[in-house]
Amino acid sequence: MALKDIVSTGKKSTRDGFGAGLHEVGKKNKNVVALCADLVGSLKMQAFIKENPERFFQVGIAEANMMGIAAGLATTGKIPYTGTFANFSTGRVYDQIRQSIAYSDKNVKICASHAGLTLGEDGATHQILEDIGMMKMLPGMTVINPCDYNQTKAATIALADHHGPAYLRFGRPGWPIFMPEGEFEIGKAIVMSEGTDVTIIATGHLVWKAVEAAKELEAEGLSVELINIHTIKPLDEEAILKSVKKTGAVVTCEEHNYLGGLGESVAGLLARKQPTPQEFVATDDTFGESGTADQLLEKYGLGTKDVVAKAKAVLARK
Amino acid sequence: MADIKKLNRIATQVRRDIVRQVHACQSGHPGGSLGCADVLVALYFEVMKHDTSFKMEGHGEDIFYLSNGHISPVFYSVLARSGYFPVEELATFRQLNSRLQGHPTTHEGLPGVRIASGSLGQGTSVAIGTALSKRLEKDDRTVYVLTGDGELQEGQNWEAFMSAAHYKLDNLVVIVDRNYVQIDGTNEEVMDLGDLKAKFRSFGFTVLGMKGNNMRSILTSFEKAKDERGKGKPVVIIMDTKMGYGVDFMMDGHKWHGVAPNDAQLESALSQLKETLGDY
Repeated sequence: MALKDIVSTGKKSTRDGFGAGLHEVGKKNKNVVALCADLVGSLKMQAFIKENPERFFQVGIAEANMMGIAAGLATTGKIPYTGTFANFSTGRVYDQIRQSIAYSDKNVKICASHAGLTLGEDGATHQILEDIGMMKMLPGMTVINPCDYNQTKAATIALADHHGPAYLRFGRPGWPIFMPEGEFEIGKAIVMSEGTDVTIIATGHLVWKAVEAAKELEAEGLSVELINIHTIKPLDEEAILKSVKKTGAVVTCEEHNYLGGLGESVAGLLARKQPTPQEFVATDDTFGESGTADQLLEKYGLGTKDVVAKAKAVLARK
Repeated sequence: MADIKKLNRIATQVRRDIVRQVHACQSGHPGGSLGCADVLVALYFEVMKHDTSFKMEGHGEDIFYLSNGHISPVFYSVLARSGYFPVEELATFRQLNSRLQGHPTTHEGLPGVRIASGSLGQGTSVAIGTALSKRLEKDDRTVYVLTGDGELQEGQNWEAFMSAAHYKLDNLVVIVDRNYVQIDGTNEEVMDLGDLKAKFRSFGFTVLGMKGNNMRSILTSFEKAKDERGKGKPVVIIMDTKMGYGVDFMMDGHKWHGVAPNDAQLESALSQLKETLGDY
């Protein structure tokens, strides 16, 4: 695919993609059940609930209990999808996830909305930038951060056929839709464009920023290989190594702290297998603050121009 | 009619297993294990319908969850004596490459264990999830969960209790091991639990009592709990036990919560618990 062919066909939030995916997978798989901690509207779970009221459990503002109940449902063969904000899906309930879900190998899908800075005006209490790190450190946990409505919908559906605990991270704002509908293969990176000068690896909302940046870099005569890496764990090592061997330079992009995020996973891989200059588009070990999504991405260095700048910086280190 | 003498004989053997397991590895928690030997024997040998060929989903079976995972020695002994795995495996308790981890886990595939526990306060939530699933499947069996009393200091329990009443889970029986002690001392000294019966009533539970070291009282309480089915309320059984019950020097106080007996103490304990079914 050429970069110029990657275009936005409209805007919808990734959480809307989750709601649509949950609705669809609920029709296909009767073992799917859903739980929510008083955020049904924010998580877009209404369509599932309307169609399957008996398969939905409202747990109130009690996330620890929600994770335990999900584990108990999974024990009997149900496939629970829990819904709340990313902060309350991870840090608040880390020990419950660790013991009752991950260590107990329960088939629970932890679905986390409003991740990262793009949550916006609610500010740093809700803008978790550490969740990928916490979740990827748990043995056996699959970590997925899709990039747009279509990919989030497809990931939500695909998770029902994947046995094991999983963390699905998505967000609040309307966001460009640019991925095709349908297929989603957990753990499989998507090479969006091939190139030879630099590899840009992006996840979540930052994939679109990386698309915009790659177009600018190409207009300046550079050849960019762009990888959309929705699954952070297990990491598609083969795809990354293949690309980096060709380009010799890499930029990672994510709406997350550089500590514990995608960039760190990529750096760990490259340190072991293919030492390569790398730059990080990520937050710099900081909390966020109130503001609009666009203002925050700009202030914290997660904008299109930041991806361009980091690409040039890494090219200078080749 | 239950054979109370037989159940008591099993409980005595389970107590031997407990002190021998803890002695062999010189670690583990004998106190609470000894206190809960009778109730676990009653559940697994009389009260519950369960299948020792073990399927994780447990469809059509009564389900037991151990929330206070540190009393693993009693859980392992009762599972082995029920037939979930060979009793000889009790000799591997807490040793490298064993399925009998310090705290119970599903991770090593030990038959009979459905959830990892040890970090306290999580088991009741898990039991609620299973109770909800059974209701959804029109499976009329019961879910039992055992929790320590000190464990009720964890806030998650109260989230769970609130939701059990909200969901009207009359297929859930919570058993509180009311021995009044925990690692650092009595509940009252460490963090007073107050009037537990009143608390549970106000949380929407039907509250029953039980003398947890008296087999007849245990069976009577479980019968009463069954009578509460169909009434739309979860049941809690406040089970009075003595930590260390059955071994005189381990009773009274919290000293034997998590201490292993030495050789002489083991001998003294076993002399108070006559072998009934054959040691492993």
